[in-house]
Amino acid sequence: MAKLTYDAHGRLLFTKEMKEEYTLLMPQMLPVTFSMMKRLLELEGYKVELLDTTHRGIIETGLKYVHNDTCYPALLVIGQLIEAINSGKYDTNKIALFMSQTGGGCRASNYIHLLRKALQKAGLQHIPVISLNLSGMEKNPGFSINLRLVRRLVPAMVYGDLIVHLANQCRPYEVERGATDALAAVWTERLVAGFAKNRGRSKREMRVIMAQIAAEFAAIELSGEQKTRIGVVGEIYVKFAPLGNNNLEDFLLSEGCEPVVPGLTDFMLFKIDNRIEDINLYGGSWLKKKLCQVFLWYVAGLQQCMIDAVKTQPKFHGLASFAEIKAGVKGYLGYGNKMGEGWLLTGEMIELIHSGVTNIVCTQPFGCLPNHVSGKGMIRKLKDDFPASNIVTIDYDPGATRINQENRIKLMLASAGRGV
Amino acid sequence: MAIKIGIDIGSTTVKVVLLDDNNTLLYRSYTRHYSKVREVAAEQLRVVADRLRGQDVVPLITGSAGLGVSKASEVAFVQEVFATAAAVNTYIPDTDAVIELGGEDAKIIFFGGTLEERMNGSCAGGTGSFIDQMATLLDVSALELNELALRHEKIYPIASRCGVFAKSDIQPLLNQGGRKEDIAASIFQAVVDQTVGGLTQGRELTGKIVFLGGPLTFLQGLRDRFVETLELDAEHAVFPENADCFAAIGAALCTGGVEAMPFGELLRRLEEAADESGLTDTLPPLFAKKADVEAFQARHAKATPEPVDANAYRGDAYLGIDAGSTTTKMALITPDGGILYSYYGSNKGNPVTILLAELRNLYAFCGDRITIRASAVTGYGEDLIKSAFSIDLGLVETIAHYRAARHFNPDVDFIIDIGGQDMKCFKIRNGAVDSILLNEACSSGCGSFIETFSKALGHDIADFSQLGLLDQTPTNLGSRCTVFMNSSVKQAQKEGAGVESISAGLSLSVVKNAIYKVIRAASADDLGKHIVVQGGTFLNDAVLRGFEQEIGREVTRPTIAGLMGAYGAALSARDMTGETGRLLDAAALGNFSHTARPSVCNACTNRCSLTINTFDGDRRFISGNRCSVPLGGAKGGEPNLMRYKYEKIRVMTGKGAGDGSRGKIGIPLGLNMYENLPFWFEFFTKLNFEVVLSPESTRALYQKGQRSIPSDTVCYPAKMLHGHVEHLIDAGVDTIFYPCMAYNFDEGKGDNHYNCPVVAYYPELLRVNMSRLQQVRYIDAYFGLHRPKDLERIAGAFFAAEFGVPARETAAAIRAGYAAYERFRQEARDEADRYIQYAREHGKRILVVAGRPYHIDPEINHGLDELIGSYGLVLVTEDSIDHLVPKAKRKILNQWTYHARMYDAARYVATQPDMQLLQLVSFGCGLDAISTDEMRDILEATGKLYTQIKIDDISNLGTVKIRIRSLIAAADALDGKVML
Repeated sequence: MAKLTYDAHGRLLFTKEMKEEYTLLMPQMLPVTFSMMKRLLELEGYKVELLDTTHRGIIETGLKYVHNDTCYPALLVIGQLIEAINSGKYDTNKIALFMSQTGGGCRASNYIHLLRKALQKAGLQHIPVISLNLSGMEKNPGFSINLRLVRRLVPAMVYGDLIVHLANQCRPYEVERGATDALAAVWTERLVAGFAKNRGRSKREMRVIMAQIAAEFAAIELSGEQKTRIGVVGEIYVKFAPLGNNNLEDFLLSEGCEPVVPGLTDFMLFKIDNRIEDINLYGGSWLKKKLCQVFLWYVAGLQQCMIDAVKTQPKFHGLASFAEIKAGVKGYLGYGNKMGEGWLLTGEMIELIHSGVTNIVCTQPFGCLPNHVSGKGMIRKLKDDFPASNIVTIDYDPGATRINQENRIKLMLASAGRGV
Repeated sequence: MAIKIGIDIGSTTVKVVLLDDNNTLLYRSYTRHYSKVREVAAEQLRVVADRLRGQDVVPLITGSAGLGVSKASEVAFVQEVFATAAAVNTYIPDTDAVIELGGEDAKIIFFGGTLEERMNGSCAGGTGSFIDQMATLLDVSALELNELALRHEKIYPIASRCGVFAKSDIQPLLNQGGRKEDIAASIFQAVVDQTVGGLTQGRELTGKIVFLGGPLTFLQGLRDRFVETLELDAEHAVFPENADCFAAIGAALCTGGVEAMPFGELLRRLEEAADESGLTDTLPPLFAKKADVEAFQARHAKATPEPVDANAYRGDAYLGIDAGSTTTKMALITPDGGILYSYYGSNKGNPVTILLAELRNLYAFCGDRITIRASAVTGYGEDLIKSAFSIDLGLVETIAHYRAARHFNPDVDFIIDIGGQDMKCFKIRNGAVDSILLNEACSSGCGSFIETFSKALGHDIADFSQLGLLDQTPTNLGSRCTVFMNSSVKQAQKEGAGVESISAGLSLSVVKNAIYKVIRAASADDLGKHIVVQGGTFLNDAVLRGFEQEIGREVTRPTIAGLMGAYGAALSARDMTGETGRLLDAAALGNFSHTARPSVCNACTNRCSLTINTFDGDRRFISGNRCSVPLGGAKGGEPNLMRYKYEKIRVMTGKGAGDGSRGKIGIPLGLNMYENLPFWFEFFTKLNFEVVLSPESTRALYQKGQRSIPSDTVCYPAKMLHGHVEHLIDAGVDTIFYPCMAYNFDEGKGDNHYNCPVVAYYPELLRVNMSRLQQVRYIDAYFGLHRPKDLERIAGAFFAAEFGVPARETAAAIRAGYAAYERFRQEARDEADRYIQYAREHGKRILVVAGRPYHIDPEINHGLDELIGSYGLVLVTEDSIDHLVPKAKRKILNQWTYHARMYDAARYVATQPDMQLLQLVSFGCGLDAISTDEMRDILEATGKLYTQIKIDDISNLGTVKIRIRSLIAAADALDGKVML
């Protein structure tokens, strides 16, 4: 066990010594992207373990250590981490926990603090917690996000979105079962190997590689008629994580549908954009705004490479850019609506409807505050403006049963089949 | 041609219909399945076997529990709303909307224009099971409930969102003597409100409406409520024949495209499916073998009161009564604690009648052998019973339970009592109650809940709990509220779990709910070393065993676990000083009479629903009141800063110091406006606008806007706003100002200064959900009060563009607004100082109510501040004392302005011996999941009590009273004012 050092406010730090000895435990959210992230962190010299556990014990542990009214993602993520620590698989003196943290008025920004409280309650306060965030909160001597890491993580996220976008369009139709996932796995390997040699990061390289990815996915042999495309939007964790949404994508596949899941890149762009809009609405530093604009431009540029790459294969449905989604939300919400998924959630639904995906599952943790407004609150107007839209909102919660959720989704699918 | 078969397997019933080619109904059946989903479905088909043997049939399954059967039997499935729509289109083609209530689902289908279907969310209880549960509570069948409702005189407001809430509204009505007829009708009205309010979500329910489903077929009283509420005439309210089987009929109609099969084949598939059982989620068994059960029972038999020969005893005795929420308990003890006589029974919705009979029995038993020296009463019905029978002493339940627990284990340091309706846990430190935890309305997975399930599954409660003891695969049902539990049970049934496993699972759910949700304990040491468990629910060995298993420690369960409240009351009666022996004597009981009459108090805007009880023609007891005015007390009471602030805010309407020449600005008083109105009022009147403030919140105002609420789980303060805006539009205001406020004032106290997402963006939700807002100029722009200088510039540009106000004028008005806001805050602080000084001069306790600014709205706090005053407490608010401590870093991200105030107020209270704190939390406030734990930590770290009250649209203050009285009693004990 490394020596424990604390910052001025008593927060346990992740030290350089720990970096050498400790393994970072990291909760799963978006399998393709997060497995690349894990590998990229390993390239920086960290030992990382991505937690793929899914059993009921995670929820039980979460209920035990987290206030039961806290949102479901916090309960799951913290439950998953503590359950892993208690599993006996790891030396509890040689692990640290790794969690992403968003800033902002949603309670999600408090997950990391709730995790520390839970550790305390479990008598595990000697385990350091590392926050991964873009806001410069909680610095640690043994963990830093350097430019090289950023220039790997951001492209990896965009590659991840591309692979997920293409794979979702192949998987329901693949002739050889498993071909899609196999190709996705091959590409994550290749991409990580490339990053290790600092390749695949520039826009020029990305254009080439992404077109190649699109071509290889296009080559997967597909069959059958077009299935009903079902959009999945919502709170970021329950939208993506199979643990959070009771394997929603598998359920949709089993019902003979094609899931359409907007990616992570837009969420990141949204969070950067919030900073710019904040300054527009309330005033603030010119320099900060400029820096954010530069970062936004960089990420949006990478996203454009992805959009272009998808276009090279006409058999695939295309993608809208962040700017297009943002333009679409006018008349619904203001750009100051930034807590949680804010206006992006509504924007994604509008974009899905525009692109012909009128059947949508809007997922959220039970009692999700921002989604009262940007999710449930917007559905009536969407229905008025787009009578063809067919949106069902599903709450996820430790007590909500799958049968209840599936019955409501089935109702939505029944309407979809009828072509409302 | 093949016969069409529709099979609708719902949450509680199975419906089977047969249709011929012409869609003529050949046969129909409607049967409760008591969780034997697959068996009953197959059985129902066998009934028609003779008729169909050898024929081809086309079957289709529908219904919420039908999905599993469909998968297992490979018979096609159609979603039930879809099936219902098909049936309605065929038989009643000009329908505008369908309202269908089932066992656990409530649905509305809108026809005409675009077809839209709505189903209740996972947190919505206004359904058949809810009615069953409520009927159980009144000790009648659902049909008897209906009979009662037809004879009602008045309707009480009952929370409609969820069964659990409704229950906590109904219980006190019963205990306070409300008429069953009125309560029955009120229950039906609650279902109507839930359906109309919760499911229409902004779409009007007009035209021809078809009512379907079992409850609406069988319950005339429920139909009446719907027809009356929706103002329908006979032509527009359609109650079709076979309304209980419509989904099944629809399924049969949808069989086009389904492959025909011989009837025998269908039967075979269903029968084979019926044998399948695939349980995925089970828990370890309670006991492995019978011998373990016996050893366990022997161990617990030891904690028992002193033996006494009750039939031979002569001398003094003391009577304790516990008038609980669902049961009434009575204990008569000897001076050393032996039990002479006891009673435990359901209060059957009328505790007075039950007790009258029991007291008569008691006097017969006592004869001239035993003299009742003193009597005491505790529990929900305390006030009523005390007044009815002239009991000497009334005491708060927590204290009664501690008295009793201490009798069995003098070292007791933790008590958990799970009764029918509520759960109480308290820690004991240095011989005093140190911290009290009560379950919230939303987590009451208590005793009556197991009872309701056992009845629904066709068992007596005693057998039902025994069933689970030796089950080897208890079903994991989760640990949330009853409503969720219903669907967990449904899922388990679907997966083929037996009654034994469900029984054990339910018991374990109660235990987990208690430990993790109410107590929030992670280990046994969080509880204590000497744990006493009590309450009727712990007489259930499965619950007791589950509890010991879960915490990994043996506990004391007295054999009289169900009587502990009464026993503790009797002990208190024994020890009381002062006048005793006032209990009505046998002769007085002989002539006892009781009438209860509903009434409404008109003394203030709370308009409390009163029940006026009259005993023996001359003694009166009034219940349902918040303050003492209806009892003849004076208005005013103790100093109350919530009232002070509210009155100051309410007058911020009109032209102020300006001339109103720029026109009228309507402002809805809700959420952020409770904090910001002093700013905006000054701002607008300075610019010569006239401010039109929306009226005081009332239940009626809420209902006025209820139909446009899109999310039924958002907090009540947010829902209120729909009514406020409706009112402003009605009042003819052409400009409504309700800005988005992502940020609050920057008070420099925390890591940031946000508002919560609902406060921040609710204006945008109103814009798109209230179509009438298109008739007015609605301003929901973003303003940042946290950056005063930038605001002058940004608002300057905004008001120049919008109203042509010169920027310089706007800037000056902004500055005046800040000054006015500061003045308002300072005056409240000064007022609080005076109150505190007054309290100290008069030796009164000070209660700091910590919540959010909008909690001062009397409709939101339900007059709780008045209630606090009636207990002699001086009330100040968190924002009047938070400036008294310096800023300090918290372990959580302290980024909301209101939270920062609460944390600082708690830190200040922690330093003041004569101050206590009460935190108000709105149901559905996700942020308070963070703040409540932090507040508790701050207070308990310094040995202070933490008390929380969760409020919603329920107006019953019963649980609030218990909390406040417990708080006072515990604080008194800590101060050594009262020896327990």
